[in-house]
Amino acid sequence: MSPLLEVRGLAKHFPVGAPRLFGGARGVLRAVDGVSFELARGESLGLVGESGCGKSTVARTLVGLYPATAGTITFDGIELTKLTHRARAPFRRRIQMIFQDPYASLDPRQTVASILMEPLRIHRLGKPRTRRLRAMALLDAVGLNPRHLYHYPHEFSGGQRQRIGIARALALEPELIVCDEPVSALDVSIQAQIVNLLRELQERFGLAYLFIAHDLAVVRHISQRIAVMYLGRIVEVAERDALFAHPRHPYTQALLSAIPEPDPERERTRERIVLEGDVPSPLTPPTGCAFHPRCFARDRVEGDRCRLERPTLEKGLACHLHDTESHHFYPVSFARPDAKRRS
Amino acid sequence: MSAPVLDVRGLEVTFRTDHGLVRAVDGVSFALEAGETLGLVGESGSGKSVTNLALMGLVPSPPGDVRAERILVAGHDLAALTPRALQRVRGRDVAMIFQDPMTSLNPLLTVGRQLTEGLEVHGLARGKDARRRAAAGLGEVGIPEPETRLRQYPHELSGGMRQRVMIAMALLCEPKVLLADEPTTALDVTIQAQILELLRALQRRHGTAIVLVTHDLGVVAGMANRVQVMYGGRLVETAPAPALFRTPRHPYTAGLLGSVPRLTGDTAARLVSIPGQPPDLARLPEGCAFQPRCTLAVARCERERPTLDVVGPSGPTRDTVGPSGSARDTIRADGAHRSACFEHARVRPAEVAREARR
Repeated sequence: MSPLLEVRGLAKHFPVGAPRLFGGARGVLRAVDGVSFELARGESLGLVGESGCGKSTVARTLVGLYPATAGTITFDGIELTKLTHRARAPFRRRIQMIFQDPYASLDPRQTVASILMEPLRIHRLGKPRTRRLRAMALLDAVGLNPRHLYHYPHEFSGGQRQRIGIARALALEPELIVCDEPVSALDVSIQAQIVNLLRELQERFGLAYLFIAHDLAVVRHISQRIAVMYLGRIVEVAERDALFAHPRHPYTQALLSAIPEPDPERERTRERIVLEGDVPSPLTPPTGCAFHPRCFARDRVEGDRCRLERPTLEKGLACHLHDTESHHFYPVSFARPDAKRRS
Repeated sequence: MSAPVLDVRGLEVTFRTDHGLVRAVDGVSFALEAGETLGLVGESGSGKSVTNLALMGLVPSPPGDVRAERILVAGHDLAALTPRALQRVRGRDVAMIFQDPMTSLNPLLTVGRQLTEGLEVHGLARGKDARRRAAAGLGEVGIPEPETRLRQYPHELSGGMRQRVMIAMALLCEPKVLLADEPTTALDVTIQAQILELLRALQRRHGTAIVLVTHDLGVVAGMANRVQVMYGGRLVETAPAPALFRTPRHPYTAGLLGSVPRLTGDTAARLVSIPGQPPDLARLPEGCAFQPRCTLAVARCERERPTLDVVGPSGPTRDTVGPSGSARDTIRADGAHRSACFEHARVRPAEVAREARR
């Protein structure tokens, strides 16, 4: 069966700086620079990475908020990137989005009823009366009291607002929901409520999720497969359990080892890869492998390959170490022997 | 036992608001020795940040009102100090780092000017000498080319660099107490790992006492000797870190630990979430503030407010600092495991709760 969503070589570049007189070249920010993945019906794919890696840009390009600079997005066999804005309308119904900030993503002057009925009105689904019933059913589905239909967003807490955002995304019975950091603005105890709710809804409605987050532990609880991004590209993609047990890319290994765990004994004994330096700017990405200036394993690759040649994503890994025999797997709790250790 | 560098008894902070009197901090006490780290944990609105602001004398009045039996910082009684004298203690004996380095650094001044200002105000160094010490301070927090950085403005630095500058600034006058309010929350995990590593190293070198305010239980687990959990402005549990994580004795702490998604273990089970919403500080319920969300609540919890009572032995409090083996196990007088819950004996650790649910 063909995948629900297929993304090939997706790129989104932003021009930066003032336009030059006589059309001189402006700077280019390569937010997303050749991303490929697919997503089956009912599957959830986690997309993780640190700020500026381009994961939110991928989300916005998928739902059509940004036009793609290059590459293709194919949804249910139709290449969306070829369609006009008007021809794309029915697909906007089938792909919905949940945003990070439950304060900024709801119009403060609209009632919950109006927020939930607006997408139905735009897509001409149902009559006003049935729309109201639908709005009440949606509130019930996300665990809110349908009696709150005529309340305004400010009357709800952050977690409840996020539930309203989820109800709005569900209104059009989408097949795919792009969740852009849906829990990172919430308190821990509320995060767990929302993660549980998203899992329930997925089972109930057979939804596919592209779940974008910087928190790998959250992603682990909601994704079957996980893709790790660094500076506009996917560096590793794997089944969830495989990724956590045997992270292959040096960046994935460092990322996993950097996550603090709520267990003092483990925190004290665990070895940690502490990366040096900062994430480079996507305005001036490093040559070759974008991770090489911070990579602790680059000396194990012969010659200057990491600095000169950009590794491609093959069999779920974009790393030159991939094809050398010296490549070993290290579970989360153990760093590579040559990694910088925490004293 | 040496004298504590920070000794707070019965801290209360109230704010007059349009919705009535808000008790942001209600009866918080703790003591901290040199070289110790205290984790102050809670969700938004729990009063953890306001506690820190009160210790710096930074709660605006009005609308705020700070009362305490005592707040001793490095031997100075904050309540007895004149504003001028407070100025001398603040920044010198006790310093603070904030969550967001972009809003707490002055965008109009160079890094160098902001660093040397503290030294000059406190009369520790001036001119070239101050500049030399500022550069050395930047070097100590792992900033390459400190001389160049001194001439730069905050916007020219990355987020991790700015946080390092703020730490350097806080540590320049070698304070005895460092109040860190969510110091790594705005940073990416790989940068967070660098900053936490740095804080640990600096603490080992200078014996600074750290109050670490955070909502991240993982960060606390790796940093704190003792942990205090706050809910609705009150302390609900305080314990040596290992005991708190292994055998939480307050249902809120257990719920919080269960809510944290883990890197290992079962993913088929639902996360243990705490039902309901955090409390409205202007309308706290009578009795226990957590009782409306609590699965263990009994009739008494609605009427009577539980006090923070000893529920377990005090443990070694120094065992998370330094490489294992070099740990100095000292039993603190108030290092005991305390919980403000009538039903504390029925509290089960999160893992157990999770098993039971399936």
